[in-house]
Amino acid sequence: MRSASKSNRRPIAGAADLRSLALQAALVLGIVALAWFLIDTTLANLRARGITTGFAFLFRPINMPIAHSWLEFVPGIHTYARALLIGILNTLTVSFIVIVAATVAGTLIGIARLSPNWLLARVCGAYVEMIRNVPVLLQLVFWYQMLLQLPSPRNAITVVEGLYISNRGIRYPTLIEAQGGGLALGAFALGCAVLVALVYLRNRFGSERLKSRSFLPAGVLLLAIGPAAVLYLSGTRISPDVPELRGFNFVGGSSLAPELSALVIGLSIYASAFVAEIVRAGILGVPKGQWEAAESLGLSRVKTLRKIVLPQALRIIVPPLTSEYLGITKNSSLAVAVGYPDLVAIVNTMISDTGQAVEGIAIIMAAFLTISLAVSALMNWYNRSVALVTR
Amino acid sequence: MTSLSNIAGGPAVTEAGDEVVMRPPTERGPLAWTRRNLFSSWTSGITTGVMVTVLVWIGYRFLDWAVLRAIWTLPGSSIADTQLCRAETAGACWALIHEKYRFILFGLYPYAEQWRPTICIAAFIGLYVVSVDRRLWGWKIAAVWLAGLTAIFILMRGGVFGLRPVSEDLWGGLPVTLMLATFGIALAFPLAILVALGRASETNPTVRTLCTLYVEIIRGIPLISVLFMASVMFPLFLPEGLTVSKLLRAQLGIVIFVAAYLSETIRGGLQAVPSGQYEAAKSLGLGYWRMTALVIMPQALTIVLPPIVSLCIAFFKHTSLVMIIGIFDLLNAAKRSIGEPAWQGFGAEAYIFVAAIYFAFCFAMSRYGQRLEKRLKRSR
Repeated sequence: MRSASKSNRRPIAGAADLRSLALQAALVLGIVALAWFLIDTTLANLRARGITTGFAFLFRPINMPIAHSWLEFVPGIHTYARALLIGILNTLTVSFIVIVAATVAGTLIGIARLSPNWLLARVCGAYVEMIRNVPVLLQLVFWYQMLLQLPSPRNAITVVEGLYISNRGIRYPTLIEAQGGGLALGAFALGCAVLVALVYLRNRFGSERLKSRSFLPAGVLLLAIGPAAVLYLSGTRISPDVPELRGFNFVGGSSLAPELSALVIGLSIYASAFVAEIVRAGILGVPKGQWEAAESLGLSRVKTLRKIVLPQALRIIVPPLTSEYLGITKNSSLAVAVGYPDLVAIVNTMISDTGQAVEGIAIIMAAFLTISLAVSALMNWYNRSVALVTR
Repeated sequence: MTSLSNIAGGPAVTEAGDEVVMRPPTERGPLAWTRRNLFSSWTSGITTGVMVTVLVWIGYRFLDWAVLRAIWTLPGSSIADTQLCRAETAGACWALIHEKYRFILFGLYPYAEQWRPTICIAAFIGLYVVSVDRRLWGWKIAAVWLAGLTAIFILMRGGVFGLRPVSEDLWGGLPVTLMLATFGIALAFPLAILVALGRASETNPTVRTLCTLYVEIIRGIPLISVLFMASVMFPLFLPEGLTVSKLLRAQLGIVIFVAAYLSETIRGGLQAVPSGQYEAAKSLGLGYWRMTALVIMPQALTIVLPPIVSLCIAFFKHTSLVMIIGIFDLLNAAKRSIGEPAWQGFGAEAYIFVAAIYFAFCFAMSRYGQRLEKRLKRSR
């Protein structure tokens, strides 16, 4: 089509080009004039309201407590920049947890929707329809409300001794160590790296026999025993830190606050319904003949799914899944509705503090565009690795 | 053989033809059906058993809460006495809905005038129903929509024909949600068509770049930041003295957001129109605009109708985000209905009520989308 329309225009190229050029010039002029007008009025408005411009405020201290943070944060001492960093980390945390949870749950539900068991398929179908057709924000505020209505810490639900659920969140025991925690973490990271390298080398250079062998036992060994050995040899003593009720709240252990819990539960449930539909469409996109061929080879249903159908379905699944992941990242900004300090919530506070809306929106845009590009790049790389290799 | 056709087809999408052919004629009747679909293997049997147990348990618990122990009305008094609902044995407090449904549906709209938003809701639903009729597609439907939306706006706002004027600050509930969604899509449509054409333009790189920038930036950021931008930044753009109401600003934000997504869908349709159609239109001597309006766009829009319906569902749900910037939509009305101390703690009831309304609209749309998709596939 492209070439056809070009060649069609060739005979009157001069006139058309001139007209198009004039049009473009007029357009550019119009845009510039509009932009100049907008910037001018905005600056005038900002001056009138006594709002400064620029990013200098980033390095001023911020007077806002942040409830959930990976980094140490002291209001009045730490800067806006640090608060933003915490916001970005929180956004990434939520997105990561939700992506993993929704992928696992969605894949299972998508497969179950195609189960030969009528009841299972119907129940999963009903779940997907119910979740998909109700706004995610409604689900978030619903779960938040439900979590806040749980009993107080004094009457907390005891799942097992040490794991308590109350309206202050989920309290769980942790391990504290005197020293050597970093070493163990390092050993774990090293184990991961070695494992990835081994799998890569096997796939690249290994023989067919080696390729068919599973690396799972070796992986578990590397990832579990390595750090344990390091801890033992370095003489670290680990003691459990079990929460216990003291007064009105729990002491010890660690907790998942209701804000984060509601956000993760709500977003994961919502996204799982969409992932399920993507997986189902992917499996349906694999020709029926593949199922029949696998069954005539005597493969079981589970094996057929794992070895024959899903690898082919992945090619159909990955592109829409990528945009679903991007959607999850963007939906994580709904954190502001349940009071979890993600990037958007923190920028929001920043805007109401300083009045510098333009800069705030610019920061949000930059952060989300970066995340979007990174996720797209990662998924494109994965897509290439599962793509059909044609001779 | 039967199990195989079931695996590949699955109940939700079974093409009945295949199964009937493969099924031996003796296996009929409810017993055979049960054996085939619920107990085809021992794993399937266990699954069925577990599912039935869980479903019965959840179903009973829910029924017990929502119906058997529910409290439907409270003894009448001007200040609601919700102690009855707070008893240990009390289930769902549907009395909240009984008491507050007008507030949830219409917000702060003057009580005596609430027949007007009621008519508006009916008019919106009427517009949706009329749009399903394929005979009207084309200019007629655009005219119907223009007339309908204008009438709705006048009815809500009042001030003419002897209607009492009602300030936009008092609008709330379902009409606001329907308005944001419907006006959002209706206003975004022409914009999206222009942007899609601009992005597909080969002769005008400036337009193409501008359209691409607009689409990619808007699609890269969350709706909530667009809404913040509309509510916080937009007033800064306007010269002194010129103000735009909060609802209109949110509406503008939604239009800008929707148009970016819609234009991408429409662009997909443009690419799916065979190049022969372009060439045929040109050889008939049609210019660019007539070719687009008479030949290309009708085909492109038909192709992408199902994804457009999906987008409509998505944006209908996403209008609820305006709650965060303080617009009184359906979800916000539900949230505020439990704000009074007397009603605090009955969130589940309010949210389930509102969820049912959202569900009804979205489910109807998604069913329509599925039907449309099937019909379009058949006609091709």
